[in-house]
Amino acid sequence: MSIQTQLSKIVDYFKRPPKSAQVAKERLQIIIAHERTERDKPDYLSLLQQDLLDVITKYVAINREDIKIDLDRKDGCSILELNVTLPNFKESPSSLFKEIVTEE
Amino acid sequence: MAKIIVVTSGKGGVGKTTTSASFAVGLANRGYKTAVIDFDIGLRNLDLIMGCERRVVYDFVNVIRGEANLNQALIRDKHAKELFILPASQTRDKDALTLEGVAKVLDELGNTFDYIVCDSPAGIERGAQLAMYFADYAVVVTNPEVSSVRDSDRMLGLLSSKTKRAEEGREPITEHLLLTRYSPKRVTNGDMLSINDVNEILAIPLLGVIPESQAVLRASNSGEPVILDQKSDAGQAYADTIARFLGEQLPHRFIEEKSHWLKRIFSLKEKETV
Repeated sequence: MSIQTQLSKIVDYFKRPPKSAQVAKERLQIIIAHERTERDKPDYLSLLQQDLLDVITKYVAINREDIKIDLDRKDGCSILELNVTLPNFKESPSSLFKEIVTEE
Repeated sequence: MAKIIVVTSGKGGVGKTTTSASFAVGLANRGYKTAVIDFDIGLRNLDLIMGCERRVVYDFVNVIRGEANLNQALIRDKHAKELFILPASQTRDKDALTLEGVAKVLDELGNTFDYIVCDSPAGIERGAQLAMYFADYAVVVTNPEVSSVRDSDRMLGLLSSKTKRAEEGREPITEHLLLTRYSPKRVTNGDMLSINDVNEILAIPLLGVIPESQAVLRASNSGEPVILDQKSDAGQAYADTIARFLGEQLPHRFIEEKSHWLKRIFSLKEKETV
């Protein structure tokens, strides 16, 4: 062990842990900021999520958790962010596409 | 038309009923004709805090269902001349409160009263939503503690979306923060969120700070709202809160740690030498 790490250990020992009120404040700031963005989402987001899930599961087997929808607001402009995690394919996506086409 | 005040918090046990009782008495003692309504259907308690539990004959739900008229259900308070109490029902029927029923009662009260104080139940169920729905003012009661602050923020969200004023796109409800059970000593020690911490997070105007006080339990034991105990710190803090609500500018008291008697003597001596 280097002298430096030993020294920092000694310093840590004497350093006082952060006060609990400070910890509380930081935790609250994070969770409340998160909950406020959730709160401001329009009600149709979860319905939209369900519809998108219905459409995608027609072609690929995915779960509800695999679709994430977020609404961000920047400079008076709303951005709808859609994130779909697809399962690992053995074949390339293009061959899957072909498969669907041939099925029809 | 009466002004409607909702006392709300989300979290239970932070002092909504204590605050409703003291608020109502405070307003009435200033000469405003005031009614205080217990919205906690099934868990009636405002009557105990106001000391009128043995005079309850008819209640809020009786009036809504037309089983009694408003004058039969209103209890005249024994402490303040201009104050009347409308107790909650002890029914277990969750659907006893209806929007139309509450609207009717508030309308009728509105003709004769200056202020209507709505004591909200904890939680975000029907009783809590109806208590805030018609409000013009909200007093958000918060303890300097994580779960209470978070729940208060949830209530602020509901106040700005699930109320009549919000739905009609009118001027929003005037929100006030009331910090209760505040312990300056624990704040100094770094073990309690400070006034500034809570203010920074919730970002609504601070109406008052009620210190953690033995007087509150004494008051509820005897059924005398704590604002009537003007010797106590909590009672004085509630009186200040009412004054601020009515537009007076008053500094916040009981927010600094009481210094040790030895320290006080020394600081006195310092002052004398200056």
